[in-house]
Amino acid sequence: MDWGWVQDHLDEIQSLFFQHAQFTLLALVYGFAIAFPLALAATRWPRLYTPILGLTGILFTIPSIALFMLMMPFTGPTATTCLIALTIYTLLVLVRNTVEGLRGVPREVREAAEAMGYRRFKQLFRVELPIALPVIIAGIRIAVVTTIGLVTITALIGFGGLGALFIDGFRQAFGTPIIVGFTLSVLFAVVADVALVGAQRMLTPWARGAGGR
Amino acid sequence: MTFLSELLAWFTDPLNWQGTSGIPIRTWEHIQYSVAATLIAALIALPISLYLGHTGRGGLLAINIANIGRAIPSLGLIIMAFILLGLNIVPVMIALVALAIPPIVTNTYIGIRNVNREVRDAAGGMGMTGWQILTRVEIPVALPLIMAGLRTSAVQVVATATLAAYLSFGGLGRFLFDGLALQDYEQLTGGALLIAALSLITEFALARVQAVIVPKGLAKRNATAAVDAKMSGRAGVASSGA
Repeated sequence: MDWGWVQDHLDEIQSLFFQHAQFTLLALVYGFAIAFPLALAATRWPRLYTPILGLTGILFTIPSIALFMLMMPFTGPTATTCLIALTIYTLLVLVRNTVEGLRGVPREVREAAEAMGYRRFKQLFRVELPIALPVIIAGIRIAVVTTIGLVTITALIGFGGLGALFIDGFRQAFGTPIIVGFTLSVLFAVVADVALVGAQRMLTPWARGAGGR
Repeated sequence: MTFLSELLAWFTDPLNWQGTSGIPIRTWEHIQYSVAATLIAALIALPISLYLGHTGRGGLLAINIANIGRAIPSLGLIIMAFILLGLNIVPVMIALVALAIPPIVTNTYIGIRNVNREVRDAAGGMGMTGWQILTRVEIPVALPLIMAGLRTSAVQVVATATLAAYLSFGGLGRFLFDGLALQDYEQLTGGALLIAALSLITEFALARVQAVIVPKGLAKRNATAAVDAKMSGRAGVASSGA
């Protein structure tokens, strides 16, 4: 471990971290923008659930490196390529957990809301989604941690966030950048995960006593 | 559509199907790396997680290791192992095995722990020894989850074995990295399609194996476990959030 190198490259490390965080955040936002309507549709029309889950499942099974490369002839080695592939990988978990969360809302609760005169949308946003929130956040946690790991793969086409340090280290046969990239990437995932657990506890105060999952 | 026809030309060019750098040999190399890594990971992970599950020890680690594994960047792991151990296949294997172990441990542990207490007690009451309870009751009942863990690992290993080519070894990754270096998009895309196909085949083939070897009485649980395996995704946890 060469601390001198770390000192000399603090700026670079910082900007790589920002790229890493930016990719992760954008992939999650795009992923949710696609997954949420799909999940609502699958909840409303249960027949759609199996095909949606099957399709996102197949996309998820395609190795990330292969997916990045498959996009190359179309979008080239660009941030777009990275983001499309990263977004695709978030879909399965986000759709599945949103649907499972909404399905887990007890029937009595739904009926009570209807009896109180809630309209469909208001009922969805005021009653069902809050109850489904712990399961949805569990999905977001998996998606975030997975995405943070996957971003490093985009180093192979010239991006990678902290993963770019792996390529640096490889080219110079020098361990320090790799250790730095590896440690920060894992740390980022852990911190993001813990932050999401905290967010969930804040957003669902009623679930705390029940050991909300 | 010219790209598609060129891609088709790449796939139908007899030269790409011959010799040590042809598609069949590269596929075979890829399968060899993957099978070896998955088997080694299973040999390490299964005894440990069966023991932990049977005795109920180490639960916190066993349950969370798959989550931790998810955060490990595979590219960094392989390059790090290469820097430490030099240019041979060992670093690749170490990285693949390390990535394959967590899903097996977590799924096996949860599978064994989920065996009904009454079932276990009944087996004990019938005079079965601990070993008999493990091999005749717990493992068969947990089989859907054990298989789900192995499947998650195997698919992940097939995906990651691609990186062997980054360190100048063989496997289907060769087409990716050579295609990338030469800006040869037909080769690049062809390789990516082959890797995607091999992953999907691995997933479906192991799902078939699971359907065949899981005891009939557990078929219903099996269906649930299959969903769990899907849900757990690459670095799977059987009982994830939901």
